[in-house]
Amino acid sequence: MSFSARAVWKEFSHSKIGMTGVAILLILFAMSIVAFVTIPLDIFKTWNDPASWLLYPKSAQPAWVNYFQSEKIPEHLILSPVRSSQQLGSVNVLTDSFAVNYQYDGFPSDFIYQYAAKYSGSPLLQISVTRPDGIDLHLVSKSLPFAGNDSVYSSMIFSTQNVILKNIADKRSNYAFSLDGMSSEKIIFSKLDENKILKGLYVFHVHLYDVSTKPVLEKSRLILGGQVYGVMGTDELRRDLSIGLLWGTPLALFIGITVSIGSVVIGLIYGVYAGYKGRATDEVLMRFNDIIYAMPALPLLIILAVTIGNSIFLMVGFLVIFGWVGIAKVSRSMAMQIKTLQYVEAAQLMGQKNYKILFKHILPQLLPYAFASIAISVPGAITTEAGLSFLGLGDPTFPTWGQILHDASSYSAAARGMWWWIMPPGIMIAVTGLAFVFMGHAMDGIVNPKLRQR
Amino acid sequence: MGFKKFLVKRAITMFGVLMATLLLTIILVGSNMDSISKQSAALDIRQQVTNNKSLLSSFKTTEQLDSYIDNQVKMRITALGLDQPWYSPQRIGLSMYKILTLDFGHAKFLTSDSGSSDVRDIILEKLPRTILLFTTATAIVSVLGIFLGAVSASKVNSKIDKITSGFAIISSSFPVWWIGVLMIFVFAFLYPVFPARATPDVPASDPGYLGSLLYHMALPLITLVMIGFGSWAYLVRNFLVGVLQEDFITAKRAEGIDEKHILFSHALKNAAPPIVTILALSLSGSLGGAIITEAVFDWPGMGRLYFEAISVLDLPVIIGATYVLTAFFLVSVFVADVLYGYFDPRVRRQ
Repeated sequence: MSFSARAVWKEFSHSKIGMTGVAILLILFAMSIVAFVTIPLDIFKTWNDPASWLLYPKSAQPAWVNYFQSEKIPEHLILSPVRSSQQLGSVNVLTDSFAVNYQYDGFPSDFIYQYAAKYSGSPLLQISVTRPDGIDLHLVSKSLPFAGNDSVYSSMIFSTQNVILKNIADKRSNYAFSLDGMSSEKIIFSKLDENKILKGLYVFHVHLYDVSTKPVLEKSRLILGGQVYGVMGTDELRRDLSIGLLWGTPLALFIGITVSIGSVVIGLIYGVYAGYKGRATDEVLMRFNDIIYAMPALPLLIILAVTIGNSIFLMVGFLVIFGWVGIAKVSRSMAMQIKTLQYVEAAQLMGQKNYKILFKHILPQLLPYAFASIAISVPGAITTEAGLSFLGLGDPTFPTWGQILHDASSYSAAARGMWWWIMPPGIMIAVTGLAFVFMGHAMDGIVNPKLRQR
Repeated sequence: MGFKKFLVKRAITMFGVLMATLLLTIILVGSNMDSISKQSAALDIRQQVTNNKSLLSSFKTTEQLDSYIDNQVKMRITALGLDQPWYSPQRIGLSMYKILTLDFGHAKFLTSDSGSSDVRDIILEKLPRTILLFTTATAIVSVLGIFLGAVSASKVNSKIDKITSGFAIISSSFPVWWIGVLMIFVFAFLYPVFPARATPDVPASDPGYLGSLLYHMALPLITLVMIGFGSWAYLVRNFLVGVLQEDFITAKRAEGIDEKHILFSHALKNAAPPIVTILALSLSGSLGGAIITEAVFDWPGMGRLYFEAISVLDLPVIIGATYVLTAFFLVSVFVADVLYGYFDPRVRRQ
């Protein structure tokens, strides 16, 4: 019955399955750290705010699907500029260049230039593009509204604006086909002899001219619309799924680990106390335990979530309420065995206080079992929370993997073949669960030597 | 004697659990329930008054009418005992008594397929479908699991044993409902073999109803079996491996009895008590899990009823369904206890 931490670890480290679990868990922890570092909480909080996802494509597949396709689907590109500035006499010129090596087998669906300029006076904004064949197309000239002192003006220029078509029409003679009724991106990115995509390096130039002061572009982004985006694609609400999945990791680990540690600590103390005290105390405590044990957890969890609240912390509490009972049962019977051991009786005879015997002599004996139970009960907590979120009862301010799946099902992603919306969250839930199942399995083998012979 | 006492004790505990669950449910939804029943009483009276033309014409002003209605509502509320706060012992006692006698009242929004809004009718309509789906699934899973478990136990560390154990561990960490979504994606949309919604599309009176029901049941059934049998086989294997190490098995082997015979009749018989217990428990456990599974497959049973009731907060249905689900859960726990005692004489003699 007695284990030293070092012996347990030594045996554990020899278990292949246990070490696999540890490795997966370390990767998940690394992902959580990456999530914390690269995506600040403030950005993550905008997950449910449609305004913050306007620049992203709708229902785009992950970009890597192009590796498996001979026809490359145009990728949704959000480009950042290369900046330079010049002084031409009394005119200050600020130039932002966006270079893109366009190698896809389709036209971009549109393009948007989003900017925020800080200036005084009334500067002139010009956009032009240099095509791979060297032709320069002038797209837009626009004077920004007058401002007295340094004020910020932000706006967007869309490829659908008529002025772009009018400006391109100057170069109509270059094209061997009629440009009538065509949208601007299909002209800009087209070959001259036929209306097919011209691959190669396109450079978009944005010039900002101002006479009095130096204008500053505080925000400047060019978006080329496409049907694939990023590592994980986007959902119906244009949200980048990789951000949701990445942030789901620390949330799932938090829920799983907090619930299991909470349940195990409560169950352990409750069970050991009942087992050690015995008699009437034991009877009363165990009948109460029986009652909770036999309650149907999921219906009650749903009622609790609906009536009391669905914040992530409340959810953890609810899961603990139904999580501790099994552990209390087992640790009670273990405590009853340990109680009869001679060293415990000796401690009692020496007049040691009850709580000291409990905490010094009995609980430490149960620690390996406790660790195994923590590991084993994590997946259950994660899947239950995911299930509740899937039903739409989760905390909407902290979207978990279950929440993503809930959104997927409410936009009927399965019917529309959006596999990239359904598969990754479920796989993440399973892999996280698996890591703990592996570790628990290995721990179980050490704690219950009987299982080893099997 | 001892076994009887054990059973009586268990039965009392079970009844206590049922009451505790009921009480908890009533406490949780009580305050909402209170305002809803008051509103419905007021609505009822207003309707009665407006339908009664002679009474309506006897009022000269609308104030008179309103004060009359207010009075009537107050009287009705007192008559129904609604003037007491919902947490008063009488009211909780009354609602618990009503529920115990299966009087769940009328649903606020939901109706049964035949149009009745009586919660009892709704539940009686949905319950058989849930039992059909989950009992069938449990039966298939247990037969498959016992067979596979027995085979793996007889060849410990063989390839089939390792595959079974691996499959058990992996399948148990996937949420059933996610596999369900995936199955719908693959077998209803990618390769349209099965219908995506499990609700049969012909009315219950049609002669083809049963066939349609079974066809629509196929996809949820396959999913439940796929996720379930791995862990079953693993449990059965572990029990059997323990039994196969016992002396009496070695003795049988020494007698020269066929290994297959030892496995399937002697060893399996001795591993029966825990297996039967788990059978009963997994059946009741799957009933709880039915809420999500049925919501995913749109299977028109208790689980989906519960989910729908929650989404529109139809409290009488929620309370009724919780009661029925809990009762089923407890009955199967109790049956498991009885069976355990039946199969394991040691429990009886204690």
